[in-house]
Amino acid sequence: MKAAAIALPRSQTGLWPYAAAALGVAVLAAVPEFVGLYQTQLLTYGLIMAIAALGFNLLLGYTGLLSFGHSAYFGLGAYTVAFLLQWLGIHSMEFYILLGLPVATIVSALFGYICVRHTRIFFGILTLALSQVLYSLALKFFWVTGGTDGLRVPRPTLLAGMIDFAGSGGFPRFIRSYYYYVLGVFVLSAAIMWVIVHSPFGKALQAIRDNEIRARFLGLRIRRFRWAAFLLSGTFTALAGILWVPLNGLTTPDVLYWPFSGEIVFMTLLGGFRNFSGPIVGGIVFTFLKTYAVASTEYWQLLLGSVLVVLILLLPTGIVGALSQLAKRVWATREGRT
Amino acid sequence: MSILAIQVLNSLFYASVLFLIAAGLSLIFGVMRIVNLAHGSLFAIGAYIAAWLVGRAIGLGVPVVWALLVIPIAAVAVALIGIVIEPLLLRPFYRRAEEYQLLVTFGLLLILEDLMRLVWGGLPLTADTVMDALPVVHIGGLVYPGYNILVIGIGIVAAVALWFLIYETKFGVLLRATSQDRRMAAALGLNVGLVYVAAFAIGCFMAGLGGAIVVPSHAAVLGMGVEALVLAFVVVVVGGLGSLKGALVGALIVSFVRTAGIQFFPEVELAVLYLIAAVVLIARPTGLFGTA
Repeated sequence: MKAAAIALPRSQTGLWPYAAAALGVAVLAAVPEFVGLYQTQLLTYGLIMAIAALGFNLLLGYTGLLSFGHSAYFGLGAYTVAFLLQWLGIHSMEFYILLGLPVATIVSALFGYICVRHTRIFFGILTLALSQVLYSLALKFFWVTGGTDGLRVPRPTLLAGMIDFAGSGGFPRFIRSYYYYVLGVFVLSAAIMWVIVHSPFGKALQAIRDNEIRARFLGLRIRRFRWAAFLLSGTFTALAGILWVPLNGLTTPDVLYWPFSGEIVFMTLLGGFRNFSGPIVGGIVFTFLKTYAVASTEYWQLLLGSVLVVLILLLPTGIVGALSQLAKRVWATREGRT
Repeated sequence: MSILAIQVLNSLFYASVLFLIAAGLSLIFGVMRIVNLAHGSLFAIGAYIAAWLVGRAIGLGVPVVWALLVIPIAAVAVALIGIVIEPLLLRPFYRRAEEYQLLVTFGLLLILEDLMRLVWGGLPLTADTVMDALPVVHIGGLVYPGYNILVIGIGIVAAVALWFLIYETKFGVLLRATSQDRRMAAALGLNVGLVYVAAFAIGCFMAGLGGAIVVPSHAAVLGMGVEALVLAFVVVVVGGLGSLKGALVGALIVSFVRTAGIQFFPEVELAVLYLIAAVVLIARPTGLFGTA
């Protein structure tokens, strides 16, 4: 944990991020014991979205680049799984991940190489345009991609075929096992991301975000750093897409369409893009918010849009940002008294 | 030969509509530095208002040709919506980072999309009686709807009017001054807030007009705005964000490529458009005519 050692002197809170993380994981691990199958399924979706948002936030929060095309990498992961099943007959989740990630990395590297030549609004539009290339291909090459019907992906086997879900009662067993599977991948991804953002590489990204010219004077090769961040970000988001598709059972071009990129931005801001844990909270809260909005009203977009506008007006730092400000204020008044 | 003529007319028809959307998007970006993701939805609202008014007018027994008057009415209605939106939702964000500006317009997009569903329901709304009422044109033995030619005319008139407004009037000078240096313009005593409202309203008017003229030939459906927005993006990216000339040239390029695409390479027709946009952004980040 060399990276953690670098991180600790800066955060004056000592070991408490690790304690909080351990507590969070313990709570998440215990949740299925107390809630029903449906809630467990929703939380699985939430954790998957949290991985996507964590990946996205490496660009937005740590590198200062707003991508409006992250649906491309999520959808890429999902469609890669569907193709692996369709063409090679692969049913194992581990193979999906091991084969899907390099594909995502290659495409992210290619798209990223083009996109990081620009910053600010042009970066956003370029990422959007490239993601829509994939969307229109998925839509138009229907004999490969199934068009708007999409491609079906049944429940795969987990842990190299040790657990499969054939036969009766497969669905509840799948949800219970898959929840822990996703939780495991999530914890691993979050740990890797934590190491990345606290490593010298992560610090360099933040230096570039805060002052590009100064970072260049320090001898940092800005474009190369941004490219690396883009590549990692796309790969993480693709991992979320890979995990998402067996749970959803189907992949359609909707996950490549640009409003889905907007949703990824939305969840990251909801949680707070200035905090490491913001995208995690945002991904989970957004999933529940959207599900209940869709269930309770036909006009859920109206509800979500209003939440978004109110959120950025009143809570620009997101849920986690607002909570940590509150905590700091409480802390300060308490210290003032003693 | 006559098929070629019809394809050219189709492209021009399409270019007129795209120009109206893209010019508004570009104007709003040029003056206010905001990329309005809800712009497509404003276009869709124009279409819905026009279709709804046409239905009402015909229900009341108004002669169909008079129903053409709903086109400017719908455009003005969308402009009025813009006048409400700008101070209410956009003004608090001018001093904030770009991310927030983009997101507030994304929130607005979600809200507007559902408001349309709330008001007009989920079924497509048509106004094709207007199109049927106009005479057809014969081109070398093939018939072509006269309405489409009217739309091309409206597109040309709108382009000329916008040019005149921006380059020949005092208001245009104020608009360009604000766009070049907002703080200097404010320091010289210009009411920047008012210019912003006006620019946004004009942009909305153009989007609404685009929607209103398209609705007699294509029904107003949910999601049309989201689709139109990405195409308008391609137009302004190719032409250059914030450039009027760019919006015109971009609209022509996109329309002709798309018409050819539908004819010759239908599978990759959309992908080719996005690739053109990406190539232009790589080679000339500011677009063909952009300066920003």
